[in-house]
Amino acid sequence: MALNYFQPLFDVIRDKDRCIKCRACERQCANEVHHYDAELDKMISNSQTCVDCQRCVCICPTSALKITDNPNKFRNNSNWSQRVMTEVYKQAETGGVLLCAMGNPKEYPVYWDKILLNASQVTNPPIDPLREPMETRVFLGKKPRSVTFKEDGSIDTKITPTLELSTPIMFSAMSYGSISRNAHESLARAAAELGIYYNTGEGGLHKDFYKYGPNTIVQVASGRFGVFKDYLETGAAIEIKMGQGAKPGIGGHLPGAKILEDVSKTRMIPMGTDAISPAPHHDIYSIEDLRQLVFSLKEATEYKKPIIVKIAAVHNVAAIASGIARSGADIIAIDGYRGGTGAAPTRIRDNVGIPIELALASVDQRLRDEGIRNEVSVVVAGSVRSSSDVVKAIALGADACYIGTAALLALGCHLCRSCQTGKCNWGIATQRPDLVKRLNPNIGYHRLVNLVHAWDHEIKEMIGGMGINSIEALRGNRLMLRGIGLNEKELEILGIRHAGQ
Amino acid sequence: MKKYVIIGNSAAAIGAVQGIRSVDTEGMITVISDEPYHTYSRPLISYWLEGKVTDEKIYYREPDFYEKNNVMTMFGTRAVAIGGGYVTLANGGKVQYDKLLVATGSKPFVPPMAGLEDVKDKFTFMTWDSAKAIKEKVTSGTKVLIIGAGLIGLKCAEALYHLEADITVVDLADRILPSILDVRAGQIMQKHIESKGTKFILGTSVEQFSEHSAKLTNGDTVDFDIVVIAVGVRPNTELVSEAGGKVEKGIITDLTQKTTIPDVYAAGDCTVSYDSSSDTQKILALLPNAFMQGEVAGKNMAGEETVYLNAIPMNAIGFYGLHIITAGSYDGQADVTENEEKEQYKKLVFKDGLLKGYILMGDVARAGIYTSMIRERIPLEDVDIELLRTRPQMMMFGKARRDEKLAGKM
Amino acid sequence: MKKVYVNEEWCLACHLCEYYCAAANSGAENMIKAFANGKKPISAIQVEESDSINFAVQCRHCPVPLCVKSCITGALSVKDGVVSCDESRCVGCYTCVLACPYGCIVTSEQSKVIRKCDLCTKNNNGDPVCVKGCPNRAIVFEER
Repeated sequence: MALNYFQPLFDVIRDKDRCIKCRACERQCANEVHHYDAELDKMISNSQTCVDCQRCVCICPTSALKITDNPNKFRNNSNWSQRVMTEVYKQAETGGVLLCAMGNPKEYPVYWDKILLNASQVTNPPIDPLREPMETRVFLGKKPRSVTFKEDGSIDTKITPTLELSTPIMFSAMSYGSISRNAHESLARAAAELGIYYNTGEGGLHKDFYKYGPNTIVQVASGRFGVFKDYLETGAAIEIKMGQGAKPGIGGHLPGAKILEDVSKTRMIPMGTDAISPAPHHDIYSIEDLRQLVFSLKEATEYKKPIIVKIAAVHNVAAIASGIARSGADIIAIDGYRGGTGAAPTRIRDNVGIPIELALASVDQRLRDEGIRNEVSVVVAGSVRSSSDVVKAIALGADACYIGTAALLALGCHLCRSCQTGKCNWGIATQRPDLVKRLNPNIGYHRLVNLVHAWDHEIKEMIGGMGINSIEALRGNRLMLRGIGLNEKELEILGIRHAGQ
Repeated sequence: MKKYVIIGNSAAAIGAVQGIRSVDTEGMITVISDEPYHTYSRPLISYWLEGKVTDEKIYYREPDFYEKNNVMTMFGTRAVAIGGGYVTLANGGKVQYDKLLVATGSKPFVPPMAGLEDVKDKFTFMTWDSAKAIKEKVTSGTKVLIIGAGLIGLKCAEALYHLEADITVVDLADRILPSILDVRAGQIMQKHIESKGTKFILGTSVEQFSEHSAKLTNGDTVDFDIVVIAVGVRPNTELVSEAGGKVEKGIITDLTQKTTIPDVYAAGDCTVSYDSSSDTQKILALLPNAFMQGEVAGKNMAGEETVYLNAIPMNAIGFYGLHIITAGSYDGQADVTENEEKEQYKKLVFKDGLLKGYILMGDVARAGIYTSMIRERIPLEDVDIELLRTRPQMMMFGKARRDEKLAGKM
Repeated sequence: MKKVYVNEEWCLACHLCEYYCAAANSGAENMIKAFANGKKPISAIQVEESDSINFAVQCRHCPVPLCVKSCITGALSVKDGVVSCDESRCVGCYTCVLACPYGCIVTSEQSKVIRKCDLCTKNNNGDPVCVKGCPNRAIVFEER
């Protein structure tokens, strides 16, 4: 192109003293950034196509590569940043909606980082998790209001189905199609080994993974891809996806290029056709309609499986959650505005929805105020980044957390946010066979297990420090939290006091 | 305790020692050899002559080989007769055996040539002693006439080239290395060797020798300081034939290497082998063949029944820096590719749905994969022919066979 | 005996095993030095690749090693199941190249002698470097 308005975002820097011209970078870059010029006997990099996925940096055996931001800068302007200007140039050229992937990267406040945890001193002893038993197991589903007993002492109350988690963490919904078969296998095997759950997302369940059914949450979304009797019966729970934190109010779009044979079979759609999930469920326009779907699914599975309803965290999330709790659902999943995605319109991802911390606090409070908190468990998603985020979420009232982005990071993702291109160099968000094989599930599942084990240890340490030996005793215990640098309104919504109070 | 006697001390004999010891660690092994040396590698004599291999490195096995394997050696001792459970030695002594291996190898064939008796410095090139004798006579500029453009003659020529001798090779045949190369490959090799300064006079023979010159049948005269005669070899079969054993071109054995004489085995260059690539009986005078026959003989002598299968002609050899690997037979449909500039030549020979033989010159990488196709008689329909033609590679085998060969899955 | 095996399913044809092998057995202190100034040390492991299948091949350390039986100098020998080459005794005749059914004996234009895998028993790297360097655990060192 004679005139190039937008400059490469990154600069690939090669230390020529270290480079041995092994060409591993060239072979591993699906974006064709690197190439070996035999005539010059040199490795040459084309930064223009680099997405900063760091694959070449990680695989280089002599650490000869670095990727930095392109130092080239447009003239400083606090209002018209380089990013904003570049987006204008791009749209002027393509005429299209800007697409992006993974969670909202903009500099909005991260409330997790403005909340501090408590610890016991003198008057109540902390508990050492290495010496004393510590319970992180949780059960998700309806809790009976009261329990009655028969004459022989056995429980008379009818207990509805629940999910048992060894630790309050689950893997978020990511569809087969948006992520690779090997990524799915890693998640499934890790969930099975950990005694937790992973979630099929809206793409159906590959027949090879039915064996992980007891640790699988099967999703029913607006496109209803891959939904049929066996699918519903195989899952441990069924999730109705009403919305997604990364793109509230819109549906999904998996391009036909990713619908290869296996994906097509699993989704039950023809090969090569775009998989379009409508923005709404066309049979749900009210809580009553939702209730019909909840009970249809319960009927179909003989009331043996809890039903989850997943929504994006939006302005009136508390009222919506209240409605869902009354719809017969067993679990509400709320996905915050930093939740990840395999592809979303940039404007939606970056501007729609609210933070999960605030949504959680208001939902928990609303359900308690209405006396129906026991009717549902609350699972939160949308950027739970560490065990301390988990502990804070539980203290704000969550029963468990979904982790998506963190799980992908464990599998190698470096958050280059280019999933929509289908050329994931880490073998995660791609269906290209040569790229998919880069993620060996034997390695992947082990890394996921490590991650969750590590978090579980840290959770025990943190709650032990508070003098609590069961995660159940932390739930909604907002006295264990203090805000820092938050204003009165934020503290009010979060239902916590400021540090020092 | 069994008494094993081995006549010979080269590859077949060493193979036999290892074969026996893999089965019987107790029995008494005696090795009789007319050469006075610890076992040395016969093909290394040209490398030794050239100076590339020292006295210490010419040995085929470590210095403590006999000791470690508990072998009694009788070096510099010639066996003159066998039979009746005894080996008779030149000095009249007798050595008793329960099982005997004849691994006597071959000797240079020197045909009658007019005036040869007048040539003082004439040599053959089969033993370390012969190499030592040549070395004494050759310095820079020494004029050497080699009769015979076969493997031995040219290996000798290469060694002398490194000693800066002035070399002329004469052969009755009109091409070089006819035992392993086809016409075209011979031409490439000849051109390569000539480019280094060695002269060939082919399709001719010596009409008359005088002390320092040879008059050739084509009318030329070649002056020389020394002559090396390398026109061929003859197997040493006398011990067996005189004892009544069956001998044709070489000693006849069964697949266990047993001769027709009870308790007497034979292995190596003195025997006739079954060439599975051409389905014929022939002498396969090759070190690997000798070793493996010796090993099989040794095992059978010690009581472990083993047969020697899949023998094929095969040669890996280089001349003046140009490598050749060949195997099998060249009778069949040939597929030839050539890159003259790079001195590369490749011939694949197919017959009956099998790869039967090949010639690789210049680029010999991974040739053994082709060899395995011939030895294991892997049907062509089981492999990707295009890949096979391109270069030897495991990719040409299907997944199942790759799993079997590479992944340890049977 | 533990041997090196390559799982085709996970081999990415990144060729790093070749570079780790070449460097570790070059005698150089590290990979950068091994390849400095245009040096091209030889790897005993070789990657074969096609559109959809890749795998690395190296010595199988056969129980009945044809290369050892064929060696004309005695340079090749078996010790504790490991087939290795005494390069000081190799004359580069390539009879082992002719014999190896897997094409695992590598010829070197520079040194004129052969290179073959000795399971990293001659360097101080512990387990074979091809195994340790494989980014996708396609190469494993195990009993089968």
